[in-house]
Amino acid sequence: METAPLIELRSVFKHFGAGDARVEALVDVSLAVAPGTVAGLLGPSGSGKSTLLNVIGCIIEPSAGVVRIDGVTVWDGRWRSGDLRRLRLDKIGFIFQSHNLLPFLTAIENVALAPSLAGRNAEAATARARELLDYLGVGHRGHALPAKLSGGEAQRVAIARALANRPRIILADEPTAALDSQRAGSVLDLLRKVAREHEAAVVVVTHDENIFDRFDTIFQIRDGALIGKN
Amino acid sequence: MNLALRDIRHNLGRFVLTCIGLGLLLGVVLAMVGIYRGLVSEALSLAIAPGADLWVVEEGSQGPFADPSRLPGTAREAIARMAGVERAGSLTYRAGEMVRDVGSIRVFVVGYEPGRIGEPHPIIAGRSISRSRHELVANVTSGLEIGERVGLGRTRFTVVGLTHNKVAFGGDPAVFITLRDSQELQFESRPASARRQAAQGIPAPNSDIVNTVLANVFPGASAAQVVADIRRWKHFGAMVQAEQEALLTHAVVEKVRKQIGLFTTLLVIVSTVIIALIVHTLTLDKLREIATLKLIGAPDRVIVGLIVQQSLAMGITGFAFGASLLVLVKDHFPRRVLMMPEDAMMLAAVVVVVCLLASILGVRLALKVDPATALGG
Repeated sequence: METAPLIELRSVFKHFGAGDARVEALVDVSLAVAPGTVAGLLGPSGSGKSTLLNVIGCIIEPSAGVVRIDGVTVWDGRWRSGDLRRLRLDKIGFIFQSHNLLPFLTAIENVALAPSLAGRNAEAATARARELLDYLGVGHRGHALPAKLSGGEAQRVAIARALANRPRIILADEPTAALDSQRAGSVLDLLRKVAREHEAAVVVVTHDENIFDRFDTIFQIRDGALIGKN
Repeated sequence: MNLALRDIRHNLGRFVLTCIGLGLLLGVVLAMVGIYRGLVSEALSLAIAPGADLWVVEEGSQGPFADPSRLPGTAREAIARMAGVERAGSLTYRAGEMVRDVGSIRVFVVGYEPGRIGEPHPIIAGRSISRSRHELVANVTSGLEIGERVGLGRTRFTVVGLTHNKVAFGGDPAVFITLRDSQELQFESRPASARRQAAQGIPAPNSDIVNTVLANVFPGASAAQVVADIRRWKHFGAMVQAEQEALLTHAVVEKVRKQIGLFTTLLVIVSTVIIALIVHTLTLDKLREIATLKLIGAPDRVIVGLIVQQSLAMGITGFAFGASLLVLVKDHFPRRVLMMPEDAMMLAAVVVVVCLLASILGVRLALKVDPATALGG
């Protein structure tokens, strides 16, 4: 029996501007990512990868088409910004190119921030943060500020933050760009492990050819349109 | 977890320096208010000190401070005999130069009748004047010492006591001598031509002149009624204590109040602009963190709270620093700086409002941040 996709886009279009300044950022994009899958999103600069990630992440509204997140249709006119914010908080974890940890919070606090924002009490949020940091092998760095962490450690902390609210979807924007190939590989292995153990759908935007073999599916995008799927 | 506090702790040096700068500015605001209060207090000190119920002055005059006033020395007897008057005393006021062994100082000379209303009190060192001639009680800010011999006009006086909080509007310390000495001093100070006429045996004009007569009324008697009677029957000018204080405040302090009030308002506006710019800059420094917070789902109230709380923390810490600094240095000002708790509370409230207003710029900027900017590409 085929599992229902966690991410589903049907004929999604997105344009910016109007008239001569109109730019077609996404053209008739349809894709689905099932639970437990790590999907790569490849394409040259300006091809629409980030726009697509923003649409999946419920940050920007598509001009047309259907976006379903964990079986729920979003951008159907009934969603307010607060609802989308809550959806992101509960169902989507974000991993950034340069980890984007808050510089004034320790590793534990950065990870505990997401559950705190979701309404968990401080003890539960901290316990969850400790559990995740241990799980990702950086438990011993819990009290360090981001500036004191190595690139690999900071990225693991960022992954822990992304997982803190047990999201079903993880969106990673070039998470290995700042890492050497060995660390990049281990981050992807970690994401694969997370996808498998948490039944999550992971979408990774990347240029890094060294990690292509670690994706279950690869979507190629050019000029806003999907041109291939492996 | 309080993000504002964590951010402050992370950038503690910058926060402290900002608070010091802001504190100095708010300290100046508080000092301006304190200087105004001090001026009012000093201007009223000589009017309040005798504890009079009413003031009798020359008809048509608003003296003795705001206008010249000359009354015959017999006026006190006439007032003391009036119905409802318990006691009365004559006083003279004049500015003068006091010569010490080293240098000289400007003083405000008050002549009074020992044992009657108008005596300086409290005596904080030494004693009151007990001899009818050539003794002097000085305000402590004059720097005079008990037993010191000083010159007023051609007469030498001995400082026998010190009092406090008795200064003229101009800030000159008051010195108290007997009415007789004061009248003699006034006679001495007449123009040389008058003195020459006196030496030639030409009768001098009456020197038994006072500037005001102060009176207390019996308990239950109406000072306003006595004032009305004095105006009607004695043809003197008269006013109750409250009128004298209002007159002094209005005539002497009003322009200063407006001047200082305007300057204080300008300083508050400058403070608001500075706080707004600081908050705006702090927000600019955190745009990426704010975008990240929004992206991961932080509600707007968390972002607004981060900015407003930092702004308030900065304002309140700055105010506390400024107020503490002023408490430490206020006694070193050449004029009295009077810090009233209600003024401090009022400024604290203004600072809170100013911080909230100043946050608007930062909050608007933060709320406009696109969460997508947290993602690359």
